[in-house]
Amino acid sequence: MEGLVSLAFKAIFVENLALSFFLGMCTFIAVSKKIGTAIGLGISVVVVQAITVPANNLILQHLLKPGALSWAGFPDVDLTFLGLISYIGVIAAIVQILEMFLDKYIPALYNALGIFLPLITVNCAILGGSLFMVERDYTFPEAATYGLSSGIGWALAITAMAGVREKLKYSDIPDGLQGLGITFITAGLMAMGFMSFSGVNL
Amino acid sequence: MAQTNKSLLVDPLVDNNPITLQVLGICSALAVTSSLQVAFVMALAVTAVTAFSSMFISILRNHIPSSIRIIVQMIIIASLVICVDQILKAFAYEISKTLSVFVGLIITNCIVMGRAEAFAMKNPPLASFIDGVGNGAGYGLILMMVGVIRELFGSGSLFGVTILQTVNNGGWYVPNGLLLLPPSAFFVIGLLIWGFRTWKPAQVEAREYKIQTAEAH
Repeated sequence: MEGLVSLAFKAIFVENLALSFFLGMCTFIAVSKKIGTAIGLGISVVVVQAITVPANNLILQHLLKPGALSWAGFPDVDLTFLGLISYIGVIAAIVQILEMFLDKYIPALYNALGIFLPLITVNCAILGGSLFMVERDYTFPEAATYGLSSGIGWALAITAMAGVREKLKYSDIPDGLQGLGITFITAGLMAMGFMSFSGVNL
Repeated sequence: MAQTNKSLLVDPLVDNNPITLQVLGICSALAVTSSLQVAFVMALAVTAVTAFSSMFISILRNHIPSSIRIIVQMIIIASLVICVDQILKAFAYEISKTLSVFVGLIITNCIVMGRAEAFAMKNPPLASFIDGVGNGAGYGLILMMVGVIRELFGSGSLFGVTILQTVNNGGWYVPNGLLLLPPSAFFVIGLLIWGFRTWKPAQVEAREYKIQTAEAH
């Protein structure tokens, strides 16, 4: 249990997906102009991440790993090279199912998050989360914790970024830096802020 | 035709660069640039994937039903990325370890998807291939520029060969450690964009709010 708490803390602050691994940067830059939309997207990422990382973990453990197919009579089969295509397929499918589910049963949430869901399939943070899970060889409970907390970390980063940018639009910025340029530099400063968490252990 | 092919190849380098102007594919641009060698391999991988995926999608463009086109594009891109990943693992294992998850993340690199959607679905295979090479090269160009700055001033070397002898090795150059850390990538790209836009003022974004100057009153 203690291990899971420290894993969660690490995933949210120290190894923040957006600010220390630069994942999901395209959406991070593009959708962080207003706090409202940033929060909406952040919540969708948390939800999708919390479902896809454990789901991909199950797929890895029971279908792809060397020897994982022994229950089906193929003890020597190693399908890890199919990893990438299965993870992205799972992500696309889950996003689609989530969209249909929300549309049918929770229309209020669908109206709030609906426009962001298609964007999430191509958000590197989601695929990145699954790939880190594979690389670090998490067990199922670890994968579930990691999925949830890395999503929260990303949501935190984009919300903070949107807050900064809302204030920033009133400031007098050199012409060439306008828009994209200053956004990058702001993100850099935020990343430096988040670096101060490194070395903190729970 | 030769003229248009040339402009397809050259335009994305500066005038319509995928990173500084279209804001695509930034994730990996930031993460893999702390050493030039890795940045170079990454640039090659992305160029290959973009070019071939554009070509294959363009060949199939009249047969893909538009309702499932995203999935079809995804599958084509993912298969190509798997090839690249396997090749890297076979011939450049060390580099593929350093790149870790970022090779896999070429799948969600918006440049590949963006070119497939915006260009390859409407144009013949050869033009799409060239467009893919051009955009991959535009991406690679930025990657290499950031890589040169970060490796040269961060650890005093280029492609692992020492250029500026660092103090630790008995030389004179005190390396700037910040450049090896993640935040510096943001600064370097931000400043590069500033440079590009000062050079090509047409790329400057309009202000949302104009601050009134004192003379205006």
